[in-house]
Amino acid sequence: MDFALIGQNIVKLTIKYWDKFLITGLGYSLSLAAITVTVGAVLGSLIALMRMSKIPPLRWIAAVYTEIIRGTPMLLQLYLFYFALPQLIPFLNRKQYLCVAIALVCNSAAYVSEIIRSGIQAVDIGQTEAARSLGMSQRLTMTEIILPQAIKNILPALGNEFIMIVKDTSLASTFFIGDLMTQCLLIKGTTYLTMEPLIMVAVVYFVVTFILTKLLAVFERRLRRGDIR
Amino acid sequence: MATSDKLIEVKDLKKYYNGETIKALDGVSVDINRGDVMVIIGPSGSGKSTFLRSLNLLEIPTAGHIIFEGVDITQKKGPDGKKLNIDLHRQKMGMVFQHFNLFPHKTILQNMTLAPVKVKGVPQAEADAKAMELLARVGLADRADAYPIQLSGGQKQRVAIVRALAMEPDVMLFDEPTSALDPEMVGEVLDVMKRLARQGMTMVVVTHEMGFAREVGNRVLFMDEGKLVEEGSPDQIFNHPQNPRLQDFLSKVL
Repeated sequence: MDFALIGQNIVKLTIKYWDKFLITGLGYSLSLAAITVTVGAVLGSLIALMRMSKIPPLRWIAAVYTEIIRGTPMLLQLYLFYFALPQLIPFLNRKQYLCVAIALVCNSAAYVSEIIRSGIQAVDIGQTEAARSLGMSQRLTMTEIILPQAIKNILPALGNEFIMIVKDTSLASTFFIGDLMTQCLLIKGTTYLTMEPLIMVAVVYFVVTFILTKLLAVFERRLRRGDIR
Repeated sequence: MATSDKLIEVKDLKKYYNGETIKALDGVSVDINRGDVMVIIGPSGSGKSTFLRSLNLLEIPTAGHIIFEGVDITQKKGPDGKKLNIDLHRQKMGMVFQHFNLFPHKTILQNMTLAPVKVKGVPQAEADAKAMELLARVGLADRADAYPIQLSGGQKQRVAIVRALAMEPDVMLFDEPTSALDPEMVGEVLDVMKRLARQGMTMVVVTHEMGFAREVGNRVLFMDEGKLVEEGSPDQIFNHPQNPRLQDFLSKVL
């Protein structure tokens, strides 16, 4: 491998295609990740509630759902959603971005539901017992006592999930929906250069997730400071 | 004792785990009268905590009845034919836990006023005033705005006691209230409990503090293997124990 040549090519490609990476590609990747995390968090909360419900069928449905999603590869889920959704819902015909987003949301919801469930269950059972012994209802115990404490377990883990998803959106390039990895493949196709676009996209992913990790660490320290006061 | 003095009637209470393989409670019957300070002693695993926690249904008994202020709270339906709301009955039963279980994200004052305000609908100002008065009684008025983490174990347990008292319960249940405390802090908590007993509060206390049982209790229950083995006054239990298991237990702890 001629590193000097690769270096030169990267400079050239960066000048010519920087907007494809940093605006189009990153835009698609981050927007897809943001949609996935927010909608996934809402859906995941619902599934977590079902999982902890008193009604057995709700519990079973939620358990089966999370087990299937977590037990099958994400790439496979993308394929299934991508080809099945337009047939089930005609509205989604030729809306590749939306199909991929739905697949990612359904995947993330399963993981988020586990984050929320474990965050809630990590709160000492004594807290529930103390609240209920004071005559507080189950709902009041949840909103006043359990959730405010669980949120401190949940938020950092949700941040990690967001970082995971930013990277996982690269799988969406299988369907050329425009994300960072798609841009990489497109440039590879037009320039017949392989290593250069790969290295460039790796740098972008790394910088983005590195910044997000650092932001998350600051945020986590703030949360913890709240404990000591 | 007249029937009207009965605050809690426990009838043949059973709690099994794992089918019938583990019998945490194996048919316990006892009446708790108003003004009683009932102390429950026994080896660990004897079912005394399970018994106490069953009284406000933190543990759901497998069989048996708990009649609290005339209402059988183990039934699904109340005397009015509607679904029994256990929350209403729990408001009348204060509970103090071994590990305090204060709410760490709320100040001492908020810990004490949350349930009165949100459950009983007491106006915040009134609840605050009542809480401050209770805190003053246990010498912690100056810590009202502190968070639980800033308090010592003994202070936390005193707060836990007055938090339960803020609901103005008819009976106080204590589940090994001094077991998690450093030895030098046991006294301050027992003092609060003694004062409470002298004021006539009905108390059910699970404890390993034999001194407290002897001095403050008017009835002592000895439990072993899920059964109520012997019951009597502190003098009977400690000075004239009848059952060999009680004699054996006392020889080890006294």
